[in-house]
Amino acid sequence: MKSVVITGTGVTAPNGLGKDDFWDATRAGRTGIGPVGRFDATGYPSTLAGEVPGFVARDHLPSRLIPQTDHMTRLALVAADWALADAGIVPSEWPEFGIGVMTASSSGGFEFGQGELKNLWSKGGQYVSAYQSFAWFYAVNSGQISIRNGLRGPGGVLVSDQAGGLDAVAQARRQIRKGGGLVLAGGVDGSICPWGWVAQIAGGRLSTDPDPGRAYRPFAADAAGHVPGEGGALLVMEEEDAARARGARIYGRVAGYGSTFDPHPDTGREPGLRRAAEIALRDAALRPSDIDVVFADAAAIPDLDRVEAEAINALFGPGGVPVTAPQTMTGRLNSGAGPLALSTALYAMRDGLIPPTLTRDPSPAYGLDLVRDTREAAMSTALVLARGQGGFNSAMVVATAEAPVAAPA
Amino acid sequence: MGHRAVITGIGVTAPGGIGTKAFWNLLAEGRTATRTISFFDPAPFRSRVAAEIDFDPEAHGLGPQEIRRMDRGAQLAVVTAAEALADSGLEQGDLDPHRVGVTVGTAVGATMGLDQEYRVVSDGGRLDLVDHAYAVPHLYDYFVPSSFAKEVAWSTGAEGPATVVSTGCTSGLDAVGHAIELVRDGEVDVMIAGASDAPISPITVACFDAIKATTARNDDPEHASRPFDGSRNGFVLGEGSAMFVIESLERARRRGAHIYAEIAGFATRCNAFHMTGLRPDGREMAEAISRAMDEARTDPADVDYINAHGSGTKQNDRHETAAFKRSLGEHAYRAPVSSIKSMVGHSLGAIGSIEIAASALAIEYDLVPPTANLHTPDPECDLDYVPLTAREQRTDTVLTVGSGFGGFQSAMVLRSVA
Repeated sequence: MKSVVITGTGVTAPNGLGKDDFWDATRAGRTGIGPVGRFDATGYPSTLAGEVPGFVARDHLPSRLIPQTDHMTRLALVAADWALADAGIVPSEWPEFGIGVMTASSSGGFEFGQGELKNLWSKGGQYVSAYQSFAWFYAVNSGQISIRNGLRGPGGVLVSDQAGGLDAVAQARRQIRKGGGLVLAGGVDGSICPWGWVAQIAGGRLSTDPDPGRAYRPFAADAAGHVPGEGGALLVMEEEDAARARGARIYGRVAGYGSTFDPHPDTGREPGLRRAAEIALRDAALRPSDIDVVFADAAAIPDLDRVEAEAINALFGPGGVPVTAPQTMTGRLNSGAGPLALSTALYAMRDGLIPPTLTRDPSPAYGLDLVRDTREAAMSTALVLARGQGGFNSAMVVATAEAPVAAPA
Repeated sequence: MGHRAVITGIGVTAPGGIGTKAFWNLLAEGRTATRTISFFDPAPFRSRVAAEIDFDPEAHGLGPQEIRRMDRGAQLAVVTAAEALADSGLEQGDLDPHRVGVTVGTAVGATMGLDQEYRVVSDGGRLDLVDHAYAVPHLYDYFVPSSFAKEVAWSTGAEGPATVVSTGCTSGLDAVGHAIELVRDGEVDVMIAGASDAPISPITVACFDAIKATTARNDDPEHASRPFDGSRNGFVLGEGSAMFVIESLERARRRGAHIYAEIAGFATRCNAFHMTGLRPDGREMAEAISRAMDEARTDPADVDYINAHGSGTKQNDRHETAAFKRSLGEHAYRAPVSSIKSMVGHSLGAIGSIEIAASALAIEYDLVPPTANLHTPDPECDLDYVPLTAREQRTDTVLTVGSGFGGFQSAMVLRSVA
């Protein structure tokens, strides 16, 4: 199997616009969570979010794109530009069908959709924007990124709630192994608007705690839900040999991936997260003892935290591996979560620093070595976990370029 | 590529009759299922025709709580997956749940549920700060359409990889394209894959009105969908689902399963041109077709039937005709081409899977479905579109294509398994 590497990252995150600001904040433990600023959330039971700071779309995008795009698409277009630039890629210099785009989505351009639904129901169908037919749907980011950058290779969009971002990266790896070339992959997401808020409240997993320092506290005994955020990351992926031949800087290799779906809750059988991680390790031809750090899903719902801790402990033994959840500084980004965690893992391995988990009173009963203060560690492999509401589990192993490539299993 | 992926079970829930048999009868007889919209009062809208299904979820085995929980699109997917599984002869007990995956394509997910719920929580569009106290408890399942994959996984007991593919109007092709890769790579034993969309709701009708993509031929609803006809003026919105059981050829043979067809090749390309517009030369679709044929090791001359996207918009049918000529050369003039959207409308993300079903059944029955309502030639559409009447002919290799908003162009080759 061909080795597929990541050679560019573009980040828009609540604690940093751009990968450098994001990584500076993350390694220093600076949170991007605060009161919702994009609308007046004070009348809702949940009032906190992770919003991307200082993002002015017109500074980055042509004005004609503004009226036809949702906020999250604008973030995605900018992350795509930055990922390509970071990888030193000028798409026009590549073969016509040589670059593909594979994104994950969760709820599309929901804020845009709210505006047009309002037009429809308050004024009438003739007031619905001509852009509605594509600005809100799930395929919008792949389509707009393809058009803006002239990418004519394979295109795709996956939706598996918060697991989808890893699934999209895995699908990009599959495309590259099958057909070569380069794929821009990942997810940038966000539905911080009243209509999206109401939908997420209905999901039953938002924290109602108004204190930004403790609202999202995974692995605490009294964990009571998460804070949602916006943003994510796009990654430039290509064959390792091709990347080396063009002298690209290699962040790391996508070494393994596994995906499972939970049994129906009524069956009482074990959820699929552990199995997803095992499949990812097998795919990477690595043993648990080869893994240097785990980036947890960190749902902050006690039952889900327990499932995750049990899965990690079953593989690594209690306290057997450092575990971190830097999304406690961004909120949960849905389809943006996995790609942002992958980027974070790559920066962490590069700099030998495990970023911290900002939680409150984590329970020792979970038996995890939870990294609460930035920790120095030499790392060459990381396991990233992500779960989507409904039962989606995905796990991905990334390794540094220097890490030995295992023999195929 | 390791294994060869074959279809061993088909389910179809489409306008004009529920179940694969009713669907095929409609196509074989060249009847149309388009009508004046009955789901809501269409009077305020420009386009007032659609291809609706008379679907009673309770009659198809869904319980009251399932019906409450699921948007119509998810209901269609679950009912259709059950038909596909039954058709395959597999029982849930025969399968290792860890080795069964699910891929569901959908373009617009739970649009119908979202449209209805928005109206309530906003009190008819009055409130900007919509009221969570009026939301249905399952609104999150409408919010993120991966709930469609969840419901199919729950109803079939699948615990392998599960996801939704959502590439607009190529979703139904791309979902099956995604599924065959998992089968070929040996990551699963069986995929339950296909697509579902139930978009016939005011917001969808309004958004297509706004760009005049749908037809306004409201006075003649049965003949409103006119792909490749000189008088065509837009597509007719539809709804539906098709689901498949897909497994490796060895596995299917070992268990003595009926094999409809092999999915021998698949490719997708972006046009990087416009979110809703198409370049007239069909270049990217032609590239997808050529790559899908390469993967299938098929020559243009082997293609017995082209199942077209044929939406019935001016630009699509021209674009597609150009793509067939560019990719198949002279053979484009010899191979019959037809659009079943003339009969069942355009169900957005679902139609790609419904068209895969039509392609597999064309191979099964050696019968090419017609393009209904095709009376007036268009000089820019000068291929053999099988007007009005189905054609009996030996059909071993079928090319089916899709094209969608966002610029996605997909192509798939199905082949009979000797």
